[in-house]
Amino acid sequence: MKHMIDYYLTTIKIAIQTQFQYRVLEYFYMIGMIAEPVIYLVVWSTIAQAQGGSVGGYTSGAFAAYYLVWTLVRNMNIVFTPYGWENRIRSGWFSMDLLRPIHPLNNDVAYFAGMKVVVIILWIPLGLFLSIFFKPELHPAWYQVIGFFFAIWEAYLIRTMLLSLLGMITFFTTRVGAIFELFFAFELVFSGRLVPMSLMPPVVQQVAIYLPFQWTFFFPIESLVAPMTIQHMLGGLGMQLLWIALGWVAVKIMWRFSVRQFSAVGG
Amino acid sequence: MPAIILLNSLSKHFKVPVRESGLKASFGSLFKRQFRTVKAVDEITFQIDQGEVVGFLGPNGAGKTTTLKMLSGLLYPTNGKATVLGYEPSRRQPHFLKQITLVMGNRQQLVWDLPALDSFDLMRAIYSIPTHEFIRTRDEFIDLLELKDLVNKPVRNLSLGERMKMEFAGALLHRPKVLFLDEPTLGLDVTMQRRIRAFVSEYNQRYGATVLLTSHYMADVEALCKRVIVIHRGKLLFDGELSCLVEQFSAFKTVGVTLQTAATDLRKYGQVINQDGTRFTLQVPKADTAQVTARLLADLPVDDLNVEDPPIEDVIEQVFADGKPAEVPA
Repeated sequence: MKHMIDYYLTTIKIAIQTQFQYRVLEYFYMIGMIAEPVIYLVVWSTIAQAQGGSVGGYTSGAFAAYYLVWTLVRNMNIVFTPYGWENRIRSGWFSMDLLRPIHPLNNDVAYFAGMKVVVIILWIPLGLFLSIFFKPELHPAWYQVIGFFFAIWEAYLIRTMLLSLLGMITFFTTRVGAIFELFFAFELVFSGRLVPMSLMPPVVQQVAIYLPFQWTFFFPIESLVAPMTIQHMLGGLGMQLLWIALGWVAVKIMWRFSVRQFSAVGG
Repeated sequence: MPAIILLNSLSKHFKVPVRESGLKASFGSLFKRQFRTVKAVDEITFQIDQGEVVGFLGPNGAGKTTTLKMLSGLLYPTNGKATVLGYEPSRRQPHFLKQITLVMGNRQQLVWDLPALDSFDLMRAIYSIPTHEFIRTRDEFIDLLELKDLVNKPVRNLSLGERMKMEFAGALLHRPKVLFLDEPTLGLDVTMQRRIRAFVSEYNQRYGATVLLTSHYMADVEALCKRVIVIHRGKLLFDGELSCLVEQFSAFKTVGVTLQTAATDLRKYGQVINQDGTRFTLQVPKADTAQVTARLLADLPVDDLNVEDPPIEDVIEQVFADGKPAEVPA
């Protein structure tokens, strides 16, 4: 355990140092990423104003809060993508990871966790700027602030498991971009990334209950922006833990089968 | 000495798709895909004892790297068995991985944007090396490889040779007992090649490590390996001392003779492969060497005469070309 903590801390340190090498690039990347929620926000605010001030209980200020927190959650949700898996397997770089006496997934989790530290630091001025411009209605209770902290890290872990599962398909076939795109389409509809889940048609909301996607976007955002009891908060965090556990078991099983297929192409 | 690396009929076969070029073949492959089996490694058996440095030779595509990958746990064998330090490599148990290293000349594990010292620290954490031991080994390698002025520079700013030295230091920080070196001097200049060779030799002697080395530079093999294993098209061709390889595969000796005059026809003594003034180099069937040298000394005004084995590169080239010991022309 002590060894793993040391490994995680060292990798996180390496990730932070590396990200700071490319801080300007990171910032432009983040600014580019803001375009998506700002478009959603402008569209929904306009609709809300046209319908007398709100849509499905969301006012312009509530939408502003949702999509402002969205920007942070989205950045926290960035994990090692299946495209990354594809690249490292096709190029042969994965061989070096496999030679280490630590499961490669630990490196992905630790390294991207380190990136988040930089992301949060870079996000703060951006979040402040957006707040001044869009005036969000944000009045969380004390426990929501604490819960939100855990929710975004749990969301990060759920998405890591999901995309690792997808990434491991690359062991079987080295070109799986189409499958990844299908996954992203599902995520867009069932996660709350496009629009708050409560505004989605009932059938979509029903299906979403049985899928992990909303626990990576909708729940972390709602845990800060919507009124929520402690019980509801703890229940949500528990559901996130459940999806992490399920994801971890699935990753372990998938790993056992898929790593045997590794043909160490490209060196 | 105990055997550290054991291979018993080890094989690795790949099923690769086959398709002819052209639109018609491309369309046809949508309905019926054809495959063929490539025997990259085919029933190889050998063993390597503790502390041995063995050269693993073969032309491109012979199966050297595939064998190293199986021995380091990167690939599952199709058939046969391999054990390294008593472990089955394909199970990739952490205790096994902590005792081996694979250095590939075309791969790097150092963090590109940071000074190598940070990567070394990551290695410490990965291999859970006690801090005092880590510092001692790191500083020892920095001295041995003369890295003191380089360890604080971002890796991306190092030359290829400097980076390779760093890779070696990083790959051996956990003091592995078994080293798999795949073309470790690839693309390096002669000085840097020599430095790497000296380091491997020093490491082998200091820690009694077992080394299996592939290289296309025969200087690496001659400097480090007493024993060589030759593989060709996945099959084992030779396993023995380097000197025996020459003995077994070379049908000729090289006779150098310096005469008092250049205007002499030596073709009746053997094939003249070079003439530089009064210095002639002849290629003579091995069995005839004694008789030819005696005739040369008796017939001609000889100033100097020497008999040598052909260069190891030539022998290896012949082995790869023929895949069997050379036959003496009748």
